[in-house]
Amino acid sequence: MAAARVRAALRDAAMAAAVAFVLAVPLVGFETVDFGRTGTGIATRFGWVWIGTGGVFVVRLALAVSGAARLHWAKVGPADSPARLGSPPKHARALAGLLLVVFAVALPFLPFASRYLVDLATTVLIYIMLGWGLNVVVGLAGLLDLGYVAFYAVGAYSFALFARWFGLSFWEALPVSGVLAAAFGVVLGFPVLRLRGDYLAIVTLGFGEMIRIILLNWSRVTGGPNGLLGIPKPSFFGLPLLPRARDGGVTFHQFFHIPFSPQQSIVFLYFVILFLALVTNAFTLRLRRLPIGRAWEALREDEIACRALGIDPTKVKLSAFAIGAMLGGFAGAFFATRLGFISPESFTFQESATILAIVVLGGMGSQMGVVLAAIVLVTLPEFGRAFAEYRMLLFGAAMVAIMVWRPRGLLAQRAPSIRLGPAEGR
Amino acid sequence: MPLLAVEHLSIGFGGLLAVGDVSFAAEEGEITAIIGPNGAGKTTVFNCLTGFYRPTVGRLALSRHGRMHYLERMDGFRIAREAGVARTFQNIRLFAGMTVLENLIVAQHNVLMRASLYSFGGLLGLPLYRNAEARAVAKARNWLDRIGLTARADDAAGSLPYGAQRRLEIARAMCTDPHLLCLDEPAAGLNPRETAELITLLLSIRDESGIGLLLIEHDMRLVMGISDRIVVLNYGRKIADGPPDAVRRDPDVIKAYLGAEA
Repeated sequence: MAAARVRAALRDAAMAAAVAFVLAVPLVGFETVDFGRTGTGIATRFGWVWIGTGGVFVVRLALAVSGAARLHWAKVGPADSPARLGSPPKHARALAGLLLVVFAVALPFLPFASRYLVDLATTVLIYIMLGWGLNVVVGLAGLLDLGYVAFYAVGAYSFALFARWFGLSFWEALPVSGVLAAAFGVVLGFPVLRLRGDYLAIVTLGFGEMIRIILLNWSRVTGGPNGLLGIPKPSFFGLPLLPRARDGGVTFHQFFHIPFSPQQSIVFLYFVILFLALVTNAFTLRLRRLPIGRAWEALREDEIACRALGIDPTKVKLSAFAIGAMLGGFAGAFFATRLGFISPESFTFQESATILAIVVLGGMGSQMGVVLAAIVLVTLPEFGRAFAEYRMLLFGAAMVAIMVWRPRGLLAQRAPSIRLGPAEGR
Repeated sequence: MPLLAVEHLSIGFGGLLAVGDVSFAAEEGEITAIIGPNGAGKTTVFNCLTGFYRPTVGRLALSRHGRMHYLERMDGFRIAREAGVARTFQNIRLFAGMTVLENLIVAQHNVLMRASLYSFGGLLGLPLYRNAEARAVAKARNWLDRIGLTARADDAAGSLPYGAQRRLEIARAMCTDPHLLCLDEPAAGLNPRETAELITLLLSIRDESGIGLLLIEHDMRLVMGISDRIVVLNYGRKIADGPPDAVRRDPDVIKAYLGAEA
């Protein structure tokens, strides 16, 4: 019995190793080498092939053993007791969220916070905000949108253009960017009202590409492939964060009588996006508990039943597109002001795919899941830099691992939007 | 003026006439059953009434508060919202991932949406919305007590046993405050005890709320036991219409169900 199982595990591991070997010979075994003047040639590195194949064999065997152990324990004792299966209690969730916010606020002042780390955290926060925006459309309303980056682009370009033409500052242009992006959300929403699933995904993908190509070709307005330069930075209640003010006004460091440092501007941008993200979170959490949010989720569950209950699916869908687009627009405006330069290259399908991956990996509809997934997906390639060319391999392996062990996302638990309350009255 | 008057309803799909020239009426405070062999066009009639199909010919007049609604011209969601026609489905259509309570709250969407001032008041947390939500929960609570699901209010609707899902779907339809409740095979897949509970529930709805019930059902004991009036369809045509005792003895009905010899 045990011997048969060992033999089966060995055979399974050998099969996996054979597959790994076949794949590794062409992928890892050969390397093109640049000889400089004399051209390129091919070098072999079969050592790595053997290491990889052996590694697969060992890991596969270990998995089989641990799987057998788990089965054994499941028979012996209750491994999945109800306490482990249930969602964490509400106050534990709230506490975790609070701790995360406290950490985020304190981050730039921690001893190890370098300029690089704060910059990275800012990028993570942009993706968290985009993820929360797309979560409304995909996670709550269940409308698969592959062109979300279009709204990000609309937000970024509308801020850049309004700043250039009308001299609007960041805080003045922010609502404009949001409203314009929401309008584009409705524009996209109308033609796709009757579509669902794959068909909707294809049309939204096309919409995203359309926006990018318009930005690329409408050079007179958007600057074409050169993009737009000189986008103003946000100010701290009217105090610019510059070495000296352009029009002779008072700057941030003069007002507070501290020496100027470029770090101030970076930390300030970090707090701006943190503020925007927290407002976004509060906003969407609130919406989820309102009739509109419940209608989004009901639409995701069953559109026909919605109709039979007197819910107008058109309005529900358009509102989801508009709110999701608006949040993307805010993030876009921030992106523009942070870099001071935007071009169509920043708004490719790759971005849409990353944002969607954040939502799906996080667990559809989960706010905290988006945070975790954004941290993982944005920082992983950064940490992977040490591994140079294996970076994307690592990234792919991590995504496969998440999908194998958490197929419904990192945090798949759905918290009810309303509870009947404590059990006493039952 | 009956609550619902179906006049000369016909609907064809391509060359097939699914329902041909069917007329009947349903009254307030009565249970009207539509029966007939499989494929007789019963669910098609329901789909016309609730706006999922548009009839080829015919008028579907619903009088509510002395106002007439012509259902054949209205969108499905407006039929539910303005004319007050609620329905359940042959294959249950609950919001499976949402909780039992949420299912009943979603059914009160239009009332709550207005109370939340189309989300703006709700975002600000105005008492107007908070009170409306409390009322909605109270109403849902009342229905949960009636269908015996109060203890499972915070569980996912999809995790309920089959019979409980059927009862929940009826309660959800009732939470829209309908004038006409259309039930598509509510007893399908229920065991005898659950069927008995269903009968009690349907009779209490009829007697307490005074609305009209329209019922498609194959369980003849249930149909004969609770219906005030029965409409029999066969091959898309009406072959009988009347109180249960008359329909039971009707030779055409016996022929349709049992064949010519019977």
